[in-house]
Amino acid sequence: MEAFPAPERTGLNSAYWDGLAEGRLMFQRCLACGHAWLPARAECPECLRAEWGWEEASGQGRLVSWVVYHVAFHDWFKARVPYNVATVELAEGPRLLSNIVGDAALRIDMPVVLAIEREEGVALARFRAG
Amino acid sequence: MVIAGIGHTAFGRLPGRDTVSMNVEACRKALEDAGIEKGVVDGLFVKVPTSRFESMYGQKVAEAMRLQPRVGGVWDQGGATNCSTIGFACMSIAAGLCDVAIVALADNPKTGTRAAYERAGGDDAAYGWFGVHAGYAMIAQRHMGEFGTQAEQLGAIAVAARTHGANNPHAALRLPLTIDKYMESPWIVEPLRRDDICLVSDGAAAVVIMSEARARELKVAAPVPILGFGQGHTSWDVPQRPVMTTTAAKVSAQTAYRMAGIGPADIDVAQIYDCYTIAALMTLEDYGFCKKGDGGKFVEGGNIQLGGRLPINTSGGLLSETGMPGLQMVMEGVRQMRGTSHNQVKGAKKCIVSNQGGVMTTHSTLILGV
Repeated sequence: MEAFPAPERTGLNSAYWDGLAEGRLMFQRCLACGHAWLPARAECPECLRAEWGWEEASGQGRLVSWVVYHVAFHDWFKARVPYNVATVELAEGPRLLSNIVGDAALRIDMPVVLAIEREEGVALARFRAG
Repeated sequence: MVIAGIGHTAFGRLPGRDTVSMNVEACRKALEDAGIEKGVVDGLFVKVPTSRFESMYGQKVAEAMRLQPRVGGVWDQGGATNCSTIGFACMSIAAGLCDVAIVALADNPKTGTRAAYERAGGDDAAYGWFGVHAGYAMIAQRHMGEFGTQAEQLGAIAVAARTHGANNPHAALRLPLTIDKYMESPWIVEPLRRDDICLVSDGAAAVVIMSEARARELKVAAPVPILGFGQGHTSWDVPQRPVMTTTAAKVSAQTAYRMAGIGPADIDVAQIYDCYTIAALMTLEDYGFCKKGDGGKFVEGGNIQLGGRLPINTSGGLLSETGMPGLQMVMEGVRQMRGTSHNQVKGAKKCIVSNQGGVMTTHSTLILGV
């Protein structure tokens, strides 16, 4: 059995994973142009400057789209199929991949709210119907 | 510029063949088809094998053919590479950098390695995000939600490809498909089923490019004019695209139509890259054959089969002929313009070809005509 594919921590993304561990979903915002983004990168993808800070997200978002895996491509997820993976757009703009928890029927553009869950000691930014 | 010759290996399982060897066979056959000697070739444009990346691969292929190209190298736009390198070859010839170019591709993911196809999940693997299928499925779900696209409409694309491929003796999968059988095909990553997903195939192909004048001098028997080409590219990760349901196919086609001086209404037959049914459906929209969102209706009722309004993928495409990334679509375009396809569209004068790579990440277009 392959191990849980834990995220790789880097100097750049540790604030993101530390934030989730403390119950906060963080994103980056450019101090020069105000653009907001995820995942962590060293320069603003809009104005290309390297002056930015971390901000806490409200936890509100919308479901852009989702898929349901009926086949596992990694041992860790074999017992979990069928399971969903979703694209969520935060109210502040950044987008991330996630899972939607709970029993609500999914539809595109439905509101979702942050529901942080721990797996193998890693806090993950999951969402539920909002 | 013209495509002067086409050549390919067998498609499917080619155990023990390395990609350099397959490239050489395809190039030899393309030169034979053009009726020219190797010695006139001074440009060699190669797609790096997706199955195994290696450095300066283009010069390994050149060495295996004892070529000293004036222009050479490998390009990587995934499956979009081939129509793009044909464009680069045309521009190189026009600029005087070379005179006669070969564009070639070989891949052996079926019996060699397919490690490069297994996309690394990165930090998203913690959420269970693996592989390429899911990226296409994510786009398909959004398209279905926004526009009401139905599973049966995706199925119509698979049925057309498999119907055409069954008539093609070179096709790796010659098993016709019905809509009912398509609907019974198992989910892989919902909303995509097994039969929405292309084949995995070994194989190689090559085409020879030169000017019309050079083709006359060299007495090429059946040159096919290149009327236009274009490219377009978007972000690597699907979630980062502001709009998921319109692709770089749109700008690529606009560039190619403008160069050719024609529009979608002038196209008689189309070879639309169908690594996944949703990719073909969205490309038909982005190429202007119908309005955005109407792709599902457009492909219904045999419209895209031989005898329909716009026959597509007349050799079976990636879903039936070979999963090889791209050149089979170009070669079938050439056959249609020569009148030699196994599923010939009678009187066809203009063919558009799409190539794309990644998860609708890179796109290139070619318009052929007589």
